[in-house]
Amino acid sequence: MTEQDALFDYCLRIGDSSLIIGHRLSEWCGHGPILEEDIAIINVSLDLVGQARSVLDYAGKIEGKGRSEDDLAYLRDVAFYRNHLICEQPNGDYGRTIVRQFLFDSFHYLFLNELVNSKDDFFSGYAEKSLKEVIYHMQHSTKWMLRMGDGTEESHRRVQEPLNDLWRFTGEFFAVNEVDKILISNGIAVDLNKIKPKWKQYVREIIEDATLTLPTNDWEQLGGKEGRHTEHLGFILAEMQFLPRAYPDATW
Amino acid sequence: MANENWPLWEVFIRSRQGLNHKHVGSLRAADQEMAIENARDVYTRRSEGVSIWVVLSANVHASNPSDKGPMFDPAEDKVYRHPTFYDIPDEIGHM
Amino acid sequence: MTKAEEEFQAKIDRDIKIEPKDWMPDAYRKTLVRQISQHAHSEIVGMLPEGNWITRAPSLRRKVALLAKVQDEAGHGLYLYSAVETLGTDREQTIDDMHSGKAKYSSIFNYPTLSWADMGAVGWLVDGAAIVNQVALQRTSYGPYSRAMVKICKEESFHQRQGYELLIHMCNGTKEQKEMAQDALNRFWWPSLMMFGPSDTDSPNTAQSMAWRVKRYTNDDLRQQFVDITVPQAEFLGLTIPDPDLKMNEETGHYEFGEINWEEFFNVVNGNGPCNRERIAARSNAKKNGSWVIDAANAYAEKQRMKKKVA
Ligand SMILES: [Fe+2]
Ligand SMILES: [Fe+2]
Repeated sequence: MTEQDALFDYCLRIGDSSLIIGHRLSEWCGHGPILEEDIAIINVSLDLVGQARSVLDYAGKIEGKGRSEDDLAYLRDVAFYRNHLICEQPNGDYGRTIVRQFLFDSFHYLFLNELVNSKDDFFSGYAEKSLKEVIYHMQHSTKWMLRMGDGTEESHRRVQEPLNDLWRFTGEFFAVNEVDKILISNGIAVDLNKIKPKWKQYVREIIEDATLTLPTNDWEQLGGKEGRHTEHLGFILAEMQFLPRAYPDATW
Repeated sequence: MANENWPLWEVFIRSRQGLNHKHVGSLRAADQEMAIENARDVYTRRSEGVSIWVVLSANVHASNPSDKGPMFDPAEDKVYRHPTFYDIPDEIGHM
Repeated sequence: MTKAEEEFQAKIDRDIKIEPKDWMPDAYRKTLVRQISQHAHSEIVGMLPEGNWITRAPSLRRKVALLAKVQDEAGHGLYLYSAVETLGTDREQTIDDMHSGKAKYSSIFNYPTLSWADMGAVGWLVDGAAIVNQVALQRTSYGPYSRAMVKICKEESFHQRQGYELLIHMCNGTKEQKEMAQDALNRFWWPSLMMFGPSDTDSPNTAQSMAWRVKRYTNDDLRQQFVDITVPQAEFLGLTIPDPDLKMNEETGHYEFGEINWEEFFNVVNGNGPCNRERIAARSNAKKNGSWVIDAANAYAEKQRMKKKVA
């Protein structure tokens, strides 16, 4: 794998994760639990899709084959997507969405917080800009974890269950592959081992404050970063890519 | 507890530094942090603000419109509070 | 007329805005609650037909534009519910009335969105018609309603522009895209004209609403204004308005147009449109499925208050 290949792959990992989880959140539009929260979660979605656009655009430039952000988003199949598996998991009820978001946001924040120091100018600038948005995302999902965990019996149950379910996808945040190794050595990528303990500590604290129980099953479900996904991504793409695929001659 | 609405909050936004906070509307939120966050998302999506105040609507005490006379009329004839009350020669320019 | 009523009407006639704590006739209050909440419901139900295409938007630029647009409509709903609350009516109460069918919303949102071109047609025609209505309402006599309208109008222009731009693009695109655009216009044209409500002769509340300056123009006036603005825009797109009777009257300078199918209108208003059931179900499910979230936040806030007290 060349450095260029690695960089391209790394862009996709970041861009696809934001795109897919942003897409999932957009499914809430018009169906949120209350208007105020509908607007809030769509703001998060808009931030994430916006972030995805800029990284995918950069990915196209790195690749150098003239692919645009839309070519990358709309004309790649499942095996070529590099998002974390957690991002593609279904919304479920609002509790499940919040848990998924909380686990991702807290990682996302710590990740960008390190990416700021990247030797790649695009990444450092991108991280600095995105961080402002992501701090807010993390606050939002963290507060909801507390409210739901320490709210009613029903709400407690409705976040504890998805927490147990989704926990298996969190190991992937810190799984290092060939791409990381190449890019860490030249100061471009984030050393995931460095942020792992910080993430664990933060998540443990919030789970405790929320009177929830830390899941004990430590099995790590990996694969997203190498294009081996869960069954859900195929359906997201089938829906998302329908128009450009059905009308290949058209532009929109 | 069940089926209780979130309380209503009045939202005040300072649109830019140097201006007063201005009432922009209301929203529902369970606590004050949420009220501030919701106000940001609902009322400043186009960077309309640099500062937000939220006040529980129940805590807003308003003057009674039937007292409008005694409350506000006395200020009306105090024209000396207004700059146009004073004649300044044109040569001085804007003051 | 009582003295209070006379004073009230005199204020209205001098274009002095009525504010929440001012005395107002009960019927005025009722009219406002009905009209503003109906307007708010329309914003919220209006999120659904467009929300239908967010996950299928064909480019990322279109996706964020549509998402931001639909999110704005939620904001509009909120601004309006907030005006309703100043009249002493609880917003959740009016929402429940909508879910039970007692309160209405604009009938246009009961039509399905079947192709991507519909996102263009909705932005162009539906937001376009709404803008004509809302610009007029900026001068409505009730202060909070009027201020909500000012804020909404500022946000609306991007809505219509994103829709129209999308159609320009499609009309200059492939043959299939242009056909989609024409089909969208065919389906949305007449329902858009119906958005202004029944003809003046059939609109029992108009006279009183005009006298109170809750409404500033009649339904037919606004509809005419919309047609006059929109026909040239359709011509620019190279699309045909599905009305064989449409023609410019050189004398009046206004377009004459065909008869609206009022039977369809009243049927759709009263629950028989293609998507009425789905729209109401979607909104009442959102509320039902969200109620535990509301409870959780209340319970948590209460616990925090108790903790503070103890500390
Ligand atoms: Fe609107
Ligand atoms: Fe709109």
